[in-house]
Amino acid sequence: MRGAPVSLRRRLVLWLLALAAGLALLLFLTIRTVAGQAAEASLDGVLGAATLAIAEGLRGGEDGVELDMPYSAFSILGSISEDRVFYRIDVAGETVTGYPDLPAPNETSEGVGPAFYTSPYRDTEVRVAAVSRTVLVERSPVPVLVLVAQTRAGQEAIALSVARRAGLLGLGFFALAAVLSLLTAGSVLRPIDRLAEAVARRGPRDLRPVNHPTPRELVPLLDALNGLINRLRGALARTETFIAEAAHHIRTPLATVRTRAEIALRQAETDETRETLRRVIRAVEESSRSASQLLDHATVVYRSDRLAADQVDLARLIDGLADRFAPTAELKDLNLVTEGTAEPVAVPGDRLLLESALRNLIDNAIKYSPSESEVILCLGRREGGVEITVADRGRGLQGQTQSSLSRRFTRGKNVDDVVGSGLGLTIVEEVATAHKGRFGLEDREGGGTCARLWLPSA
Amino acid sequence: MRAALAALGLILCLCGAARALELEEDALFPARGGEVARLSVLSTTDTAVFRPVIEAFQADNPGIALRYSVAGSRELYAAIQNEGAAYDLAISSAMDLQMKLANDGFAAPWQSAPLDALPDWARWQDRLFAFAQEPVVMIVSRKGLGDLPLPQTRRDLIELLRDHPSVFDGRIGTYDPETSGAGYLFATQDARLSDSFWRLAEVMGGLSPRLYSSTNDMLSDLERGRLILAYNVLGSYAAPRFPPGSDGVVIEPEDHTLTLLRTALIPRSAARPDLGGAFLDFLLGAEGQQLVGEEAGLPRIDEAALAARPHLRPIRLDPGLLVYLDRLQRRRFLEEWNAALIQP
Repeated sequence: MRGAPVSLRRRLVLWLLALAAGLALLLFLTIRTVAGQAAEASLDGVLGAATLAIAEGLRGGEDGVELDMPYSAFSILGSISEDRVFYRIDVAGETVTGYPDLPAPNETSEGVGPAFYTSPYRDTEVRVAAVSRTVLVERSPVPVLVLVAQTRAGQEAIALSVARRAGLLGLGFFALAAVLSLLTAGSVLRPIDRLAEAVARRGPRDLRPVNHPTPRELVPLLDALNGLINRLRGALARTETFIAEAAHHIRTPLATVRTRAEIALRQAETDETRETLRRVIRAVEESSRSASQLLDHATVVYRSDRLAADQVDLARLIDGLADRFAPTAELKDLNLVTEGTAEPVAVPGDRLLLESALRNLIDNAIKYSPSESEVILCLGRREGGVEITVADRGRGLQGQTQSSLSRRFTRGKNVDDVVGSGLGLTIVEEVATAHKGRFGLEDREGGGTCARLWLPSA
Repeated sequence: MRAALAALGLILCLCGAARALELEEDALFPARGGEVARLSVLSTTDTAVFRPVIEAFQADNPGIALRYSVAGSRELYAAIQNEGAAYDLAISSAMDLQMKLANDGFAAPWQSAPLDALPDWARWQDRLFAFAQEPVVMIVSRKGLGDLPLPQTRRDLIELLRDHPSVFDGRIGTYDPETSGAGYLFATQDARLSDSFWRLAEVMGGLSPRLYSSTNDMLSDLERGRLILAYNVLGSYAAPRFPPGSDGVVIEPEDHTLTLLRTALIPRSAARPDLGGAFLDFLLGAEGQQLVGEEAGLPRIDEAALAARPHLRPIRLDPGLLVYLDRLQRRRFLEEWNAALIQP
């Protein structure tokens, strides 16, 4: 029970996004805090200045303390925002003017500068600046306390506007980081995609080591992959060699058995014995053919990796094969006809492989042809290449597909009475692929099969 | 219809005495249709001035009956501050007292589209709104002045008074800031805006000025020829009595002309703040502003007029107005004033 495979890209992007979100939040909070403190400090400055201005307007008079409150002291408090303003002036502990219920500071500071505090007042909350002074009234010092309070609407308005901007900034930062993290993930993971692509692009038989430029982090993976490829190649080579050895070792004793059986057949006296010996010969023939096809196949597999690039004259090759198969054809009263072999037709390729492929095709044609019919070997130029056609009047494909017939060790469904191993068409197809050519089987008009092997001429 | 309305409207409030609120007028405008709700307005502006606005408002809102009570600005301030009187809208020309009500938290916030369209100088927060801007002018009698030139600035006026004391002696009128709230506001704002105010006060003091607590008395004396100069009078009161071509010349001083803002607020104690807000919206809407300007004779809020007449200085709606309301500050100012004006 395993879930979907883990996506490196998603994990990377999610982590980067989480990081960006965290940083954006931190940025937002930092700006808010700093701006809030700055706004409070600047508003406190104005409030303190107003309070000091009023305190400086207090002076001793004939009957107590006189007040000359500067108009600007309050007017200026409304300049940043429309805040409500309250004040209270105490002389010798008695409130002489203003709002008597305005909260006084807990401890009176004797400093020159104003003391600031925040306190709830009436239906709102206010920031209060308090200044203590001593005024001479009739030459005796009288303590005076000036309180000026202001609602926090201005500071809140500034904080809100800063928060909005900080929020937008944070969002912008996050969006930028999101885009960058997607790009980063793409760029980090691209070499992996490229490597996968390079490996996937290879042909089915391409077992060369992967030699693709990769980042340092992927070198161990690549080394491991190449090691695996090497071992696989070794194993395959050993298997093919083993099959070839085995086929070779079987073929030689089989030839001996066949010779002995033929001699015995000639000397046999009863029909029963002769029949038995004929069956033996037939079985041996079959085994021998299978062994040589196995050998052929192993050869094809082995050589297609390192193809010899000779110029092969197909005309001569076909003529030679026709001569070699002529006796077999005569046994079945078959007419083996060659066409288009008057002029030499050369293609680049491996002579041994091409010969093996053609031998299998001609062998098949002869095998499946009825007596007293014709097998045509035709060589012609076509589509920038050379096409060899082997046509017979055999039993045709009968609805079977070519791909099912050219599978290894698979034989047609209509061939029970004919000797065969099922490797023949496989060999032909592999030779065609190794030469970058094509191989096709089709039903022939008027009955029989037509096999076409096309090879590029350059 | 109008007579019937007035007959119905002029009902003295019997329980007024119990509330210790002395009303000068108390009118009820019954709903046009069936009465759905009743709106109470407390104002310092005469019923006659506001009648066209109220009638237009009721034409739009036939279900609303409107009670319009008139009181002095101090009484209005006290009524709202004591929170005893449940009025839905308080309209006053005393900017300083209105500002103090709003600052001290007796005004409820109100937000709407017509109010958002107000210029910044015509509102404070979302609690105090100006609906008329009235220049504070001086009125000079052409006959009394003879062939002397008309003063255009305070400097001109000071020179004129100084050079011709015999003409002006005993024939200058202005508000008594000790008894008139408006007079106190104009005097303090004048003092704040220019240094020449105290010089003017000194010069006037030497010419035994008459001090009034009522605008009407002052304007009547001017009409009768007892005064040559009335200083610091609300232009909206002067204009209907001295139309162009009459003896009284209305002068907006070119150095600066104070401009009073007539303001409205919704008291926190309002029973129906929504109705108060609706009336406020109407007052500040296009129709209401037109009626205020053309029918009520109060100059509407108009930034273009300020731009065209740069000597107009609207009194700023900010906590600065609280300064001269301070007890000690008031005492000090009046001492200075008396010292300058009342000369032996």
